[in-house]
Amino acid sequence: MPTLSTVTVGTRLEERTHEPSMVSLFLYNAVIWNPHRIHFDESYTTQVEKHPGIVIDGPLQGDWLSQVVTAWLGDDGDLVELEYSNRRACYLGETLRAGGEVTAVDETGGTVTLEIYIKNADDQVIAPGRAVVRLPA
Amino acid sequence: MAETPGLLTPEIRQWVGRSDTPQRLEVTRRDIVKYAIATQQRLEKYLQGDEAPPMFLFNAHQLLVQIEALRPDGLTPDPLLPDLPLKRVMAGGIKNTYHRPIKPGDVLVLTRTLTDIYEKQGRTGPLIFVVYGVRVETEDGELVMEETRRRIFR
Repeated sequence: MPTLSTVTVGTRLEERTHEPSMVSLFLYNAVIWNPHRIHFDESYTTQVEKHPGIVIDGPLQGDWLSQVVTAWLGDDGDLVELEYSNRRACYLGETLRAGGEVTAVDETGGTVTLEIYIKNADDQVIAPGRAVVRLPA
Repeated sequence: MAETPGLLTPEIRQWVGRSDTPQRLEVTRRDIVKYAIATQQRLEKYLQGDEAPPMFLFNAHQLLVQIEALRPDGLTPDPLLPDLPLKRVMAGGIKNTYHRPIKPGDVLVLTRTLTDIYEKQGRTGPLIFVVYGVRVETEDGELVMEETRRRIFR
Protein backbone atom coordinates (compact mmCIF):
# COMPACT_ATOMS: atom_id res chain seq x y z
CA MET A 1 0.00 0.00 0.00
CA PRO A 2 1.28 3.50 -0.79
CA THR A 3 2.53 5.73 1.99
CA LEU A 4 3.72 9.34 1.94
CA SER A 5 7.33 8.25 2.27
CA THR A 6 7.25 5.68 -0.57
CA VAL A 7 5.33 7.68 -3.19
CA THR A 8 7.14 10.01 -5.56
CA VAL A 9 6.08 12.21 -8.44
CA GLY A 10 5.87 10.03 -11.52
CA THR A 11 4.73 6.90 -9.65
CA ARG A 12 2.34 5.16 -12.06
CA LEU A 13 -0.90 3.51 -11.01
CA GLU A 14 -1.79 0.14 -12.49
CA GLU A 15 -3.85 0.37 -15.66
CA ARG A 16 -7.09 -1.58 -15.92
CA THR A 17 -8.94 -2.49 -19.11
CA HIS A 18 -12.72 -2.08 -19.30
CA GLU A 19 -14.89 -3.64 -21.95
CA PRO A 20 -18.48 -3.13 -20.86
CA SER A 21 -21.12 -5.53 -22.16
CA MET A 22 -24.82 -4.92 -22.81
CA VAL A 23 -25.49 -6.67 -19.50
CA SER A 24 -22.98 -4.66 -17.45
CA LEU A 25 -24.28 -1.40 -18.97
CA PHE A 26 -27.85 -2.45 -18.24
CA LEU A 27 -27.00 -3.18 -14.61
CA TYR A 28 -25.17 0.13 -14.22
CA ASN A 29 -28.06 2.14 -15.62
CA ALA A 30 -30.54 0.18 -13.51
CA VAL A 31 -28.56 0.78 -10.34
CA ILE A 32 -28.27 4.55 -10.91
CA TRP A 33 -31.92 4.63 -12.15
CA ASN A 34 -31.02 6.05 -15.54
CA PRO A 35 -33.63 5.37 -18.24
CA HIS A 36 -31.83 7.41 -20.96
CA ARG A 37 -32.43 5.41 -24.15
CA ILE A 38 -28.92 6.03 -25.57
CA HIS A 39 -27.69 3.35 -23.15
CA PHE A 40 -29.95 0.46 -24.26
CA ASP A 41 -32.12 1.32 -27.29
CA GLU A 42 -29.84 0.97 -30.31
CA SER A 43 -32.24 2.06 -33.06
CA TYR A 44 -33.26 5.17 -31.09
CA THR A 45 -29.61 5.93 -30.27
CA THR A 46 -28.39 5.73 -33.87
CA GLN A 47 -31.45 7.08 -35.69
CA VAL A 48 -32.71 9.82 -33.37
CA GLU A 49 -29.65 10.96 -31.38
CA LYS A 50 -27.26 10.08 -34.25
CA HIS A 51 -24.67 8.25 -32.20
CA PRO A 52 -22.70 5.48 -33.93
CA GLY A 53 -23.74 2.99 -31.23
CA ILE A 54 -24.95 2.43 -27.67
CA VAL A 55 -23.30 5.08 -25.49
CA ILE A 56 -21.14 4.08 -22.50
CA ASP A 57 -22.19 6.30 -19.59
CA GLY A 58 -19.92 9.21 -18.72
CA PRO A 59 -20.28 8.64 -14.95
CA LEU A 60 -19.40 4.95 -15.39
CA GLN A 61 -16.07 6.17 -16.78
CA GLY A 62 -15.92 8.43 -13.73
CA ASP A 63 -16.37 5.35 -11.57
CA TRP A 64 -13.52 3.58 -13.37
CA LEU A 65 -11.36 6.64 -12.68
CA SER A 66 -12.25 6.42 -8.99
CA GLN A 67 -11.32 2.73 -9.04
CA VAL A 68 -7.84 3.48 -10.40
CA VAL A 69 -7.36 5.45 -7.19
CA THR A 70 -9.18 3.20 -4.70
CA ALA A 71 -7.43 0.06 -6.03
CA TRP A 72 -4.12 1.81 -5.45
CA LEU A 73 -5.10 3.04 -1.97
CA GLY A 74 -6.48 -0.30 -0.79
CA ASP A 75 -7.93 -0.02 2.70
CA ASP A 76 -5.44 2.65 3.80
CA GLY A 77 -5.60 6.26 2.71
CA ASP A 78 -8.64 8.31 1.80
CA LEU A 79 -9.93 9.80 -1.40
CA VAL A 80 -10.47 13.50 -0.71
CA GLU A 81 -11.27 14.91 -4.15
CA LEU A 82 -12.21 13.39 -7.49
CA GLU A 83 -12.85 15.32 -10.68
CA TYR A 84 -13.04 14.44 -14.36
CA SER A 85 -14.44 15.67 -17.67
CA ASN A 86 -16.18 13.54 -20.28
CA ARG A 87 -14.47 14.99 -23.36
CA ARG A 88 -15.29 12.42 -26.01
CA ALA A 89 -18.04 9.79 -26.19
CA CYS A 90 -17.36 6.05 -26.35
CA TYR A 91 -19.58 3.21 -27.45
CA LEU A 92 -20.47 -0.37 -26.63
CA GLY A 93 -17.84 -2.65 -28.17
CA GLU A 94 -14.93 -0.33 -27.42
CA THR A 95 -12.13 -1.33 -25.08
CA LEU A 96 -11.09 1.45 -22.70
CA ARG A 97 -8.14 1.74 -20.34
CA ALA A 98 -8.10 3.52 -16.99
CA GLY A 99 -4.86 4.60 -15.35
CA GLY A 100 -3.02 7.39 -13.59
CA GLU A 101 0.17 8.88 -12.23
CA VAL A 102 1.29 10.83 -9.15
CA THR A 103 1.80 14.50 -10.04
CA ALA A 104 2.43 16.06 -6.60
CA VAL A 105 3.33 14.96 -3.08
CA ASP A 106 2.60 17.32 -0.18
CA GLU A 107 4.39 15.78 2.80
CA THR A 108 3.38 18.48 5.27
CA GLY A 109 -0.28 18.33 4.27
CA GLY A 110 -0.19 14.54 3.97
CA THR A 111 -1.80 14.56 0.54
CA VAL A 112 -0.90 13.31 -2.91
CA THR A 113 -2.33 14.57 -6.23
CA LEU A 114 -2.88 12.19 -9.11
CA GLU A 115 -3.60 12.70 -12.78
CA ILE A 116 -6.00 10.01 -13.99
CA TYR A 117 -7.35 9.14 -17.42
CA ILE A 118 -9.60 6.97 -19.54
CA LYS A 119 -8.05 6.20 -22.95
CA ASN A 120 -9.65 4.60 -25.98
CA ALA A 121 -8.05 2.07 -28.35
CA ASP A 122 -6.53 4.95 -30.36
CA ASP A 123 -4.74 6.09 -27.19
CA GLN A 124 -6.85 9.27 -27.03
CA VAL A 125 -7.66 10.52 -23.53
CA ILE A 126 -11.47 10.62 -23.59
CA ALA A 127 -11.92 11.43 -19.89
CA PRO A 128 -9.08 13.24 -18.11
CA GLY A 129 -9.31 13.63 -14.36
CA ARG A 130 -7.56 14.47 -11.15
CA ALA A 131 -7.71 13.09 -7.64
CA VAL A 132 -6.39 14.16 -4.25
CA VAL A 133 -5.78 11.48 -1.63
CA ARG A 134 -4.64 11.50 1.96
CA LEU A 135 -1.96 8.89 2.66
CA PRO A 136 -0.57 7.44 5.88
CA ALA A 137 2.97 8.60 6.74
CA MET B 1 -14.17 26.78 -27.86
CA ALA B 2 -15.56 30.31 -28.15
CA GLU B 3 -18.68 31.77 -26.60
CA THR B 4 -21.63 31.80 -28.98
CA PRO B 5 -24.09 34.17 -27.39
CA GLY B 6 -27.71 33.85 -28.34
CA LEU B 7 -29.06 30.50 -27.19
CA LEU B 8 -29.51 31.46 -23.57
CA THR B 9 -32.13 34.10 -22.93
CA PRO B 10 -32.28 36.15 -19.72
CA GLU B 11 -35.38 34.09 -18.82
CA ILE B 12 -33.34 30.88 -18.97
CA ARG B 13 -30.46 32.39 -16.97
CA GLN B 14 -32.93 33.41 -14.24
CA TRP B 15 -33.20 29.76 -13.27
CA VAL B 16 -29.62 29.78 -11.93
CA GLY B 17 -29.60 29.72 -8.15
CA ARG B 18 -32.72 27.63 -7.68
CA SER B 19 -32.67 24.50 -5.52
CA ASP B 20 -35.10 21.61 -5.51
CA THR B 21 -36.70 19.78 -2.63
CA PRO B 22 -34.03 17.98 -0.57
CA GLN B 23 -34.10 14.22 -1.15
CA ARG B 24 -33.82 11.83 1.80
CA LEU B 25 -31.84 8.69 1.08
CA GLU B 26 -31.55 5.61 3.29
CA VAL B 27 -28.34 3.78 2.38
CA THR B 28 -28.62 -0.02 2.46
CA ARG B 29 -25.94 -2.68 2.18
CA ARG B 30 -27.89 -4.29 -0.66
CA ASP B 31 -27.85 -1.09 -2.72
CA ILE B 32 -24.10 -0.71 -2.18
CA VAL B 33 -23.49 -4.33 -3.25
CA LYS B 34 -25.63 -3.86 -6.39
CA TYR B 35 -23.64 -0.75 -7.28
CA ALA B 36 -20.35 -2.54 -6.59
CA ILE B 37 -21.31 -5.45 -8.85
CA ALA B 38 -22.57 -3.23 -11.67
CA THR B 39 -19.34 -1.22 -11.65
CA GLN B 40 -17.08 -4.29 -11.20
CA GLN B 41 -15.43 -3.05 -8.04
CA ARG B 42 -12.50 -5.06 -6.69
CA LEU B 43 -12.13 -3.98 -3.07
CA GLU B 44 -13.90 -6.29 -0.62
CA LYS B 45 -15.25 -3.39 1.47
CA TYR B 46 -17.30 -2.32 -1.56
CA LEU B 47 -18.26 -5.81 -2.78
CA GLN B 48 -19.42 -6.74 0.75
CA GLY B 49 -21.31 -3.44 1.06
CA ASP B 50 -19.35 -2.29 4.13
CA GLU B 51 -18.68 1.09 2.48
CA ALA B 52 -20.03 2.86 -0.61
CA PRO B 53 -17.67 3.39 -3.57
CA PRO B 54 -16.87 7.07 -4.31
CA MET B 55 -19.34 7.44 -7.22
CA PHE B 56 -22.19 5.59 -5.44
CA LEU B 57 -24.35 8.69 -5.06
CA PHE B 58 -24.26 9.68 -8.73
CA ASN B 59 -27.86 10.49 -9.74
CA ALA B 60 -29.14 9.77 -6.22
CA HIS B 61 -30.84 13.18 -6.02
CA GLN B 62 -32.95 12.40 -9.07
CA LEU B 63 -36.70 12.63 -8.56
CA LEU B 64 -38.58 9.37 -8.99
CA VAL B 65 -41.46 9.90 -11.41
CA GLN B 66 -43.96 7.63 -13.13
CA ILE B 67 -42.94 6.08 -16.47
CA GLU B 68 -45.56 8.18 -18.28
CA ALA B 69 -43.81 11.33 -17.03
CA LEU B 70 -40.40 10.49 -18.56
CA ARG B 71 -39.15 12.49 -21.57
CA PRO B 72 -39.25 10.94 -25.05
CA ASP B 73 -35.51 10.20 -24.70
CA GLY B 74 -36.20 8.31 -21.47
CA LEU B 75 -34.72 10.90 -19.12
CA THR B 76 -36.48 12.21 -16.04
CA PRO B 77 -37.70 15.80 -16.57
CA ASP B 78 -35.54 18.18 -14.54
CA PRO B 79 -37.59 20.53 -12.36
CA LEU B 80 -34.53 22.82 -12.04
CA LEU B 81 -34.41 23.54 -15.79
CA PRO B 82 -36.62 25.56 -18.13
CA ASP B 83 -37.21 24.33 -21.68
CA LEU B 84 -33.78 24.63 -23.36
CA PRO B 85 -33.29 25.23 -27.11
CA LEU B 86 -31.02 22.14 -27.34
CA LYS B 87 -32.49 18.78 -26.33
CA ARG B 88 -29.90 16.01 -26.50
CA VAL B 89 -28.18 15.35 -23.19
CA MET B 90 -24.67 14.05 -22.50
CA ALA B 91 -22.75 13.68 -19.24
CA GLY B 92 -20.09 16.36 -18.81
CA GLY B 93 -18.16 15.40 -15.69
CA ILE B 94 -18.07 15.95 -11.97
CA LYS B 95 -16.01 17.26 -9.12
CA ASN B 96 -16.57 15.56 -5.78
CA THR B 97 -15.17 16.47 -2.38
CA TYR B 98 -15.42 13.72 0.23
CA HIS B 99 -15.71 14.46 3.93
CA ARG B 100 -16.44 11.01 5.33
CA PRO B 101 -17.24 7.50 4.02
CA ILE B 102 -20.83 6.43 3.37
CA LYS B 103 -21.90 3.24 5.14
CA PRO B 104 -25.02 1.06 5.32
CA GLY B 105 -27.58 2.59 7.66
CA ASP B 106 -26.62 6.17 6.86
CA VAL B 107 -29.59 8.44 6.29
CA LEU B 108 -28.53 11.23 3.96
CA VAL B 109 -30.15 14.43 2.79
CA LEU B 110 -29.23 15.58 -0.73
CA THR B 111 -29.85 19.15 -1.82
CA ARG B 112 -29.28 20.13 -5.43
CA THR B 113 -28.84 23.68 -6.73
CA LEU B 114 -28.56 24.89 -10.32
CA THR B 115 -25.31 26.87 -10.12
CA ASP B 116 -24.60 27.87 -13.74
CA ILE B 117 -25.79 27.70 -17.35
CA TYR B 118 -23.43 28.71 -20.17
CA GLU B 119 -22.90 28.02 -23.84
CA LYS B 120 -19.90 27.10 -25.96
CA GLN B 121 -19.17 26.21 -29.54
CA GLY B 122 -18.28 22.51 -29.72
CA ARG B 123 -16.72 20.44 -32.51
CA THR B 124 -20.12 19.63 -33.97
CA GLY B 125 -22.14 22.72 -33.07
CA PRO B 126 -23.34 24.80 -30.15
CA LEU B 127 -23.45 23.28 -26.67
CA ILE B 128 -25.21 24.35 -23.49
CA PHE B 129 -23.48 23.43 -20.22
CA VAL B 130 -25.65 23.09 -17.14
CA VAL B 131 -23.89 22.95 -13.76
CA TYR B 132 -25.39 21.68 -10.51
CA GLY B 133 -24.09 21.56 -6.98
CA VAL B 134 -25.26 18.71 -4.77
CA ARG B 135 -24.70 18.93 -1.04
CA VAL B 136 -24.91 15.66 0.89
CA GLU B 137 -25.41 15.81 4.63
CA THR B 138 -26.60 13.52 7.39
CA GLU B 139 -29.97 14.27 8.96
CA ASP B 140 -28.02 15.93 11.80
CA GLY B 141 -26.38 18.31 9.33
CA GLU B 142 -22.92 16.69 9.17
CA LEU B 143 -21.39 17.34 5.73
CA VAL B 144 -20.67 14.05 3.95
CA MET B 145 -19.91 15.00 0.35
CA GLU B 146 -20.17 17.87 -2.12
CA GLU B 147 -20.68 17.23 -5.81
CA THR B 148 -20.43 19.59 -8.76
CA ARG B 149 -21.92 18.01 -11.86
CA ARG B 150 -22.04 19.19 -15.49
CA ARG B 151 -24.54 18.09 -18.12
CA ILE B 152 -24.16 19.02 -21.76
CA PHE B 153 -27.09 19.77 -24.07
CA ARG B 154 -26.34 19.59 -27.78
